[in-house]
Amino acid sequence: MSNNVDILPGFAGPGRYRQRRRLNRIVMYLVLGVLAIPFFFPFWWMTMSAFKTANEIFAFPPRLIPATWHWYNFVETFQYQPFGRHYFNSLYIAGLVTLGTVLIASLSGYAFARIRFRGDMFLFILLLSSLMMPIEVTIIPNFFLMRALGWSNSHLPLIVIPILGTGGVVGAFLMRQFFLSLPGELEDAAMIDGLNRPGIFWYIALPIARPALGAVAILTFLHSWNSYLEPLVFVDDLRLFTIPLSLNNFTDNYGLPLWHLQLAATTLSVIPILLVFILAQRQFVESFTLSGVKG
Amino acid sequence: MVGLKSKKADRLAQTKQSGGQVRRLSLARQEELYGYLFIAPQLLGFVLFVLGPIIAVFIYSFQERNLLTGAVTFVGPANYIHMFSADRLFSKVISNSLIFTAGLVPLNVVLSLALALLLSYKLRGIGFFRTIYFAPVVTSAVAWAIVWRFMLQHESGPINQYLALIGIDGPNWLREPAWAMVSVIVTRVFKNVGLNMIIYMAAIAALPKSYDEAALVDGANRWQILRYITLPLLAPTTLMVVVITLIGSLKVFDHIVLLTGGGPANATMVLVNYIYHQGFQTFETGYASSLAVILFILTLSLTLLQWSLRRRFVYHEQ
Repeated sequence: MSNNVDILPGFAGPGRYRQRRRLNRIVMYLVLGVLAIPFFFPFWWMTMSAFKTANEIFAFPPRLIPATWHWYNFVETFQYQPFGRHYFNSLYIAGLVTLGTVLIASLSGYAFARIRFRGDMFLFILLLSSLMMPIEVTIIPNFFLMRALGWSNSHLPLIVIPILGTGGVVGAFLMRQFFLSLPGELEDAAMIDGLNRPGIFWYIALPIARPALGAVAILTFLHSWNSYLEPLVFVDDLRLFTIPLSLNNFTDNYGLPLWHLQLAATTLSVIPILLVFILAQRQFVESFTLSGVKG
Repeated sequence: MVGLKSKKADRLAQTKQSGGQVRRLSLARQEELYGYLFIAPQLLGFVLFVLGPIIAVFIYSFQERNLLTGAVTFVGPANYIHMFSADRLFSKVISNSLIFTAGLVPLNVVLSLALALLLSYKLRGIGFFRTIYFAPVVTSAVAWAIVWRFMLQHESGPINQYLALIGIDGPNWLREPAWAMVSVIVTRVFKNVGLNMIIYMAAIAALPKSYDEAALVDGANRWQILRYITLPLLAPTTLMVVVITLIGSLKVFDHIVLLTGGGPANATMVLVNYIYHQGFQTFETGYASSLAVILFILTLSLTLLQWSLRRRFVYHEQ
């Protein structure tokens, strides 16, 4: 919408016009740059502090770059508590949740988009209604349910509830939107070739749905990797901690944070996700746009 | 549509076949069965982990329940009566939640729209800025809060250190009640504004260019185009963004727990913090459930509001 202005040279001569454009551009970069500070600075400060000694972290005047690159924090991070174990826990839980959600969500999303059965609209709206029920509302009954099943203080609640609960419904909604746009001829042809519904789903629909599957996978993985309330409620043992619980657990005997370790551990948990995000930026942004538009 | 058609075709085929060999299931029946089979796992999960717990939380809210001892007694509406008449922390929590929401939503929506409009300019390297503004969205709220808690320390935090370098004596951001609320709101906006920003960007990219051009020909300036054309066209998006942000702000938990722990003196304690506190720290699960019901009613009414507003005040919807 902005470059429309460029079509109309206005009353000024071409030279003055170009000058004004350059000035505009500089002002734009300046505004964008200043606005970027509160978004960028936390990442910078986190990473740089991870390389500072416990004393240098508080040095005045503050140093944007550490005086010496102090790698030892990263070693100490793994010695202070089983951070490696926590890292692995988060990875495998998020992996399983992603796998399970993608499967369950694409199954039901496919059924709601392509198969007619009695009550399908009603059931779909019923499922969608769970999007209005934040997990914070249901966490207490779910806690008792998990205890009754003998699943408390294990990873099962962190894996099963997101897949089968609200998380999966978001995925099913996105998958349904995608499958609705599938051309019917494709399925008809497959049916004539003798494939039944599960066959069509597995060999025809699922392979085409790769972009939608990717979106669901990205959103699900991040959600599980970042979740805090669920592990806080369902997990007690130190060995069962996930990264978000672990990060807040780098404290001294008085419960005060050991900043050099906390920031080193936070860096280790944040940077890999950021790198993947930068590499696959378009998919990330598209996934989140989709998830937002669902409203 | 396709499903319907094939269903009819199946029935036709069926009648033609009658007299031929008997099939165990007609194709249409088989289709239906697969439909139910495909949604079965999710439906079961919904009943177990969403619908059941919603019903349960209403029942719990009329009970006195202790998480540790497991003692359960029916107390009728006592929890709600206590909440509204005796519990002064509850009214504090509600007013905190309102302040948090009232601060966060306008700030978030205005900033996200401004960023989206800026990023819709065709400039070299604009994608780089989008990456930066969006990066906190993919970062965990826990990590984001930990880093800000470090940076907002009174004397040893970099923010006050840099302020000191230019001669400003910064406040104790997280330990003074009013500043703590401001800090919690502003840092939360930076965390999530990127999400609304990309939703706005998608909406802006989809706007018809012809309106702008027509307005330009009529002599409108950029500000007038923004005010009288772009913003009205973005109204449906704004409505959606506002409601999403409202609901999100009601559910905030991890950000506040890690930044201030609800303090100082409960100045930043919001609803979900309080639910967690009552349910899992003082073990009053019955009372916590009645608080959860309040949260449920709030989010439900916001969603219903969104649906009814959609019909009325939106000019332009596909």
